[in-house]
Amino acid sequence: MTDGPKVDIKALADLARVEISDVEMAKLEKEIPDILKFVEQIQGVATDTKPVSPELRNVMRTDEHPHATGEYTERILKAAPAQKDNRVVVKQVVTRKQK
Amino acid sequence: MDLSKLTIAQARKDLDAKKYSALDLTNAYLEQIRAKDKDIHAYLEVWEDSAREEAKKADELIAAGKSLPLTGIPLAIKDNILIEGRIASAASKILENYHASYDSTVIKKLKAQAPVFLGRANMDEFAMGSSTENSAYGPSKNPHDITRVPGGSSGGSAAAVAGDLALAALGSDTGGSIRQPAALTGIVGLKTTYGSVSRFGLIAMGSSLDQIGPLTKSVEDAKILFDAICGYDRYDSTSLPEQDVPAKKPNVIGVPRGFLKEGVNPDVLEHFEKTLMALKAKGYEVRDIELPNLSYGLAVYYIVMPAEVSTNLARLDGIRYGLSVDAPTIKEVYEKSRGQGFGPETRRRIILGTFVLSSGYADAYYRKAKAVRELIRADFAKAFESVDVVVTPTTTSPAFTFGSKSDPLSMYLEDIFTVPVNLAGVPAISVPMGVVERDGKQLPVGFQIIAPQRAEETLFTIGKDIEQA
Repeated sequence: MTDGPKVDIKALADLARVEISDVEMAKLEKEIPDILKFVEQIQGVATDTKPVSPELRNVMRTDEHPHATGEYTERILKAAPAQKDNRVVVKQVVTRKQK
Repeated sequence: MDLSKLTIAQARKDLDAKKYSALDLTNAYLEQIRAKDKDIHAYLEVWEDSAREEAKKADELIAAGKSLPLTGIPLAIKDNILIEGRIASAASKILENYHASYDSTVIKKLKAQAPVFLGRANMDEFAMGSSTENSAYGPSKNPHDITRVPGGSSGGSAAAVAGDLALAALGSDTGGSIRQPAALTGIVGLKTTYGSVSRFGLIAMGSSLDQIGPLTKSVEDAKILFDAICGYDRYDSTSLPEQDVPAKKPNVIGVPRGFLKEGVNPDVLEHFEKTLMALKAKGYEVRDIELPNLSYGLAVYYIVMPAEVSTNLARLDGIRYGLSVDAPTIKEVYEKSRGQGFGPETRRRIILGTFVLSSGYADAYYRKAKAVRELIRADFAKAFESVDVVVTPTTTSPAFTFGSKSDPLSMYLEDIFTVPVNLAGVPAISVPMGVVERDGKQLPVGFQIIAPQRAEETLFTIGKDIEQA
């Protein structure tokens, strides 16, 4: 078993879009490598070298008998934190580069 | 009526014989909830008014001679199963005010039998945990000793049934979340074959592992609920097509002795051996078998599951559902909503999942885990060529006290005997096998029976033999 990889919790939190406090960051910097050290026991297991790919089958439903337009709109919109005029309100996605 | 001895099967007979009405039965449970749930905290919300209305509707059906197995039966539903118009929060702050916009398939199937929904049961946040200590709304208590956990993640469902606050309940099981709480509270818990019960409308945790199943007071009741909720569903792409499985009387039981060395408490092992003896006395052959890769189950699980968690929970972004924390940019809206909406264990698993899937590490972790998962699956397939079932204790020890497993790894070890079942997609049941004493308290422990895919009937047959032993 190795010492485990270097884990950059800050970068992972950024990738996962989760804000994490400094206190929790310090805790995770210990806990995540501990958990990884535990799961690394599988790295010595002999497994087939070919990648396992599942048997492919079409799981999509046939596109038929659509419901009436707007039948569920209100119910789905109601779940969103902010709506306006039958739309979900989203923050501006594209912004001018800030200097 | 004595609720402590009541089962679905008995209540059905009593209701149809008009010994009491469905409304009487529902009122009896609501009264128990009012008296005891302050201490147990099995429920996040109790639906008194609608429960009574549903009971009255059930009474009309019974009067008309149109009762079905679950008509008028009071149930608790885990907080991650959608009921249209009701809050389904998965015990998380991020979904605190989320009202389900549709019925899950299991609820639709139950509603067709006119049962009574008493309320939504507490759980670990997003079904991540083995104690309900990860609920954002405070833990549930074990009715056998309120200083101890009821197990998890379906701990509220288990505490409700064991504490006579519901006649039966639905839970979900990703790595043991039905069987472990059932064992720790002294009831029956069934993890169904992957694909046998629709996951449509179940808030997803680990999609290749999750299954909905019953928590009940008898094996017969588990079968009644299973029969009501199983079946192919076009809205779940992993649903298994209908298929008749020929019922076969099981007679050979396999015991993976090598795997049982993993730190089982001596008195728990004693009950396990006693149960094996009882099965032998009933004519079963008990044989030692090897499933050499089972011991890798936990390591595989703690890679595959967080990977699936990190992708499944990406949809909770403060835009489409639930909690939204305002901030200057959309990225900060995501970060703050998720940072404040998720609890610590959820954040931990998201970080872990993000790591094992990240470029440069996915081969060594995620893909390797998938390959070892195939070995575990193959171990079971090979075992089932020579035995009808594989049995283990459900857990290594009885219910633990609150706060005693604060280190995440020690909590994860709680799942050692249950996770291989989810990884292989096979069904398993936990049935009570007696009590052990801790600090002067009698605490129940469970016996786990594992069968091949779709062989739930085999589990019921052996489970009933244990009940009658």
